[in-house]
Amino acid sequence: MIENNPIGRFIAHFILILGIVIVAFPIYYTFVASTQTLQEVMRPPLSLLPGAHFWENYKAALFGGVGRIGGVGVGRLLFNTLVMALGIAIGKIVISILSAYAIVFFRFPGRMVFFWLIFITLMLPVEVRILPTYKIMVDLGLIDTYTGLILPLMASATATLLFRQFFMTIPGELVEAARVDGAGPWRFFKDILLPLSKTNIAALFVILFIYGWTQYLWPLLMTNRNDMATIVIGLRKMISFADADTEWHLVMVTSILAIVPPILVVVLMQRWFVRGLVETEK
Amino acid sequence: MASSTRVTFPNKLLPYLLLAPQLAITIIFFYWPASQAIQQSVLREDPFGLATQFVGLGNFKRVLNDPNYLNSLQVTVVFSVATALIAMALALLLAVMADKVVRGKGIYRTLLIWPYAVAPAIAGMLWLFLFNPSMGTLAYLIRSTGYNWDPLLDSGQAMVLVVAAAAWKQISYNFLFFVAGLQSIPKSLIEAAAIDGAGENKRFWTIIFPLLAPTTFFLLVVNTVYAFFDTFGIIHAVTGGGPGKATETLVYKVYNDGFVNLILGDSAAQSVILMVIVIALTAIQFRYVERKVHYG
Repeated sequence: MIENNPIGRFIAHFILILGIVIVAFPIYYTFVASTQTLQEVMRPPLSLLPGAHFWENYKAALFGGVGRIGGVGVGRLLFNTLVMALGIAIGKIVISILSAYAIVFFRFPGRMVFFWLIFITLMLPVEVRILPTYKIMVDLGLIDTYTGLILPLMASATATLLFRQFFMTIPGELVEAARVDGAGPWRFFKDILLPLSKTNIAALFVILFIYGWTQYLWPLLMTNRNDMATIVIGLRKMISFADADTEWHLVMVTSILAIVPPILVVVLMQRWFVRGLVETEK
Repeated sequence: MASSTRVTFPNKLLPYLLLAPQLAITIIFFYWPASQAIQQSVLREDPFGLATQFVGLGNFKRVLNDPNYLNSLQVTVVFSVATALIAMALALLLAVMADKVVRGKGIYRTLLIWPYAVAPAIAGMLWLFLFNPSMGTLAYLIRSTGYNWDPLLDSGQAMVLVVAAAAWKQISYNFLFFVAGLQSIPKSLIEAAAIDGAGENKRFWTIIFPLLAPTTFFLLVVNTVYAFFDTFGIIHAVTGGGPGKATETLVYKVYNDGFVNLILGDSAAQSVILMVIVIALTAIQFRYVERKVHYG
């Protein structure tokens, strides 16, 4: 510390706490609203302490089915979202690690062409090819399927680039030693490369899980049926300011259920999360 | 990148098999539709979808002369600049404060990073719960002061609401990168300035802020990309581009013209323009990363 400045430190703590209040308040407010009855939610200002209807509301939303989305329960939406987020995270990691392995540890005609083909997809997010991609999904009959939700989002230049970068730091002697000992490409991959990549895989998993969980445009296009919607889309469908029958207290419950799982992943896997964030942004 | 001297495996067929899954997905879901978008952008279909005609750059000309498109371009710029500035300024302030405190650093970080995990659309909805005039508590407090707050009807207020939600979600990301940037500034430099009598403010603006420039620039690019593309959910869930077309961003308009209004040629031309914007932003980002590798 340059100069011992207790007042400056006090101000620093104060501003940080203010920052946390701004960051946390919308979430806390929604939680409070999720424990009230519909009548209480509709009558501002809301009390700042949670109400008495926690179990009632959460049970109703999770198992009872919500009227506005055709009676589908929030449990079903959570399951769909979990399948999508896990599918995208695991699928991306698997296909990216395989292609990075091919590009770094083999020599074959067309290697660099393939590398660039993958690299350029960075510049083609869903938003710029939205209508034709949708058409292809319709032609392939993938609307309202888990495959349709997961498969097109599995290709990722970022993950491939990350693994490639990491693989290139692995010393050639290691490969040589493995080959001298008679290990084929599969053995080398399984017994040496995968264990070495563990931290990278964990870091990437956290980032990709959140990426999958928070998708919006893609599931909006891919799902028509309410029972195939993700929780974010389901939530959007529940809300209407025009209709008086929006069940706001259940909307609040659904919001909380939609944000708690990814927040838990970020907070509990903080170390890998920060690492993954910094490394995928290169 | 000395890849020519790398030790490799001799297999001939295996690498193609390893690449196959990713290439298949890339070609079917990226290149094929992207080429369709480009093709579509130079064609025009008659209203009944019976005949298509090659119109060259006609669609682009129409889109770029369309006042609605120019409006959404302006909306996007205002929205992106405001979101990036607010999210970065608040994050920098918090990061500088977190750098100062001795105790509780870890706890502050944990409590500041979680909005990253909130989907943009949900971030928008959380702010809407607070600020919608029929049941939002904060809207109630604003209105009780006599101010006529209704973001569902007033276009300026609608913009304020979506910017607030978009910036709120991005603070945690920027915070983490600013904290890392601050940690990489040598303490000896700051100490030297302090010995020379530079006060805290002066030290920040003459040493710390200029040395953070690479981080700031990087975040500027990332935040712009975020505001352009990832905030579709906020707009769609909170305002639907309204009131009027006050919050209709470029990405929202592509979606709206393609899926709601079904103007395929125009939507495709807009997609191609967006593609050019992404390519430019990615190029800037990679140029910057290259420089960081050399000098940093």
